[in-house]
Amino acid sequence: MSGLLQLNAVDLDFGPVAALSHIDLGISSGERVALVGANGSGKSSLLRVLHGLLKPTRGSLRRDGLARQAMVFQRPYMLRTSALNNVALGLWIRGQTWARARDGALRALAGVDLAQVALRDARSLSSGQQQRLALARAWSLQPDVLFLDEPTSSLDPHAKREVEALMATLAKSGATLVFASHNLGQVKRLATRVVYLERGRVLADLPVQNFFNGPQLRETSLEADLFVKGELT
Amino acid sequence: MTTFSDSIATALQLIAGADPALLAIVARSLAVSGSACVLACGAGVLLGAWLGIARFPGRGVLLTLLNTTLALPSVVVGLLVYLLLSRSGPLGFLGWLFSFRAMVIAQTILVLPVATALTRQIVEDVDSANGEQLRSLGAGALLRSLLLAWDERYALLTVLIACFGRAISEVGAVMIVGGNIDGFTRVMTTAIALETSKGDLPLALALGMVLLGVVLALNAVIALVRRWRLDHSDQPVLLRAAGG
Repeated sequence: MSGLLQLNAVDLDFGPVAALSHIDLGISSGERVALVGANGSGKSSLLRVLHGLLKPTRGSLRRDGLARQAMVFQRPYMLRTSALNNVALGLWIRGQTWARARDGALRALAGVDLAQVALRDARSLSSGQQQRLALARAWSLQPDVLFLDEPTSSLDPHAKREVEALMATLAKSGATLVFASHNLGQVKRLATRVVYLERGRVLADLPVQNFFNGPQLRETSLEADLFVKGELT
Repeated sequence: MTTFSDSIATALQLIAGADPALLAIVARSLAVSGSACVLACGAGVLLGAWLGIARFPGRGVLLTLLNTTLALPSVVVGLLVYLLLSRSGPLGFLGWLFSFRAMVIAQTILVLPVATALTRQIVEDVDSANGEQLRSLGAGALLRSLLLAWDERYALLTVLIACFGRAISEVGAVMIVGGNIDGFTRVMTTAIALETSKGDLPLALALGMVLLGVVLALNAVIALVRRWRLDHSDQPVLLRAAGG
């Protein structure tokens, strides 16, 4: 596995508040990394730093300059236009002609089973459909690494299953996924590695089996161990 | 009270009879303010959208100045344009003083800060909430500002109303740079001021009623557009909710 991203001693401050403290983290190609932790632990901030949306206050981020990235957000923002145009926009921004972008968008929509609503106003779609649309928009960019910020947290159980199935398909295709989640079942099913954050610090960084089953977690972080047992939220 | 009720009756007769003098003044007012709105909103929306996204040293000072110009008195704008266009002014060679163009320029200057400041606020708010998703797709500041302004086009209709309302209801600037010349630069507000001072209350009142009617009609049209849009957007959701 080759290194796609490397954070070295990264701090991120929002004014007087330290969102991330001294993060050292490397992401390699093909990994499926779950970021877990309580609300406010820094998962979303870490995703944004990795994706380049936030600049570290201190420390460095090294990335493979050729690696393409995309991100799916907790609440996707869709422009007031058709689902097709929303997906095509991303491809057009990345340099494709509008005609090619629309072709690519149609294929991406078919991939998430939304081809039948391609011409519908994106904002008239249900939350689950909009999240699948966001996945199509991100995946159409053919990213080497895909970031997902709690992509199923605001969805009903049915929509949650649909989106998770798509994530599983992406995972099987060998994509590098970095996702934040509160859903430990989802983490077990999708991740190969789990990073536990608390108050902006990485307290545990373990292969998924060791995180959930091995004795290593208790030795590494008591808080993380309690979190997994559901005794810390 | 009798004078007032007589004036209203006469005003209604003038309106109902489509009095030519009244119609000419109304048409000129709409043309001047409509032109000024198109110019001011064209430039103001672009400038405001860019200001909503762009971050540069001195931005805070610029926004404070911009917000200050929201309260720019129309007579001051009229005076400035008068000085610019007067024979000895820097733009005197154009010969535009006391013309339709001079009134359009004055109202454009008056309305431009409104269009810019309100657009800036709308775009900045939506960028704070969702701009990172467009950044994630690779959109730079300029493209993001254009996309967000376009996406907020229905909110920007409110800006258009505010601009038109400000333009069509002002009297100071057009009075100074237009000169209130009968049949040439006389608009509703200057005519109201003149007829009131002459004691011709019916015409003044009729013009006032038309002025209110025009703004009311514009508001109604835009409210209908917004409602239509809202219904249109929600329809599939409602159909789903109904099992359709």
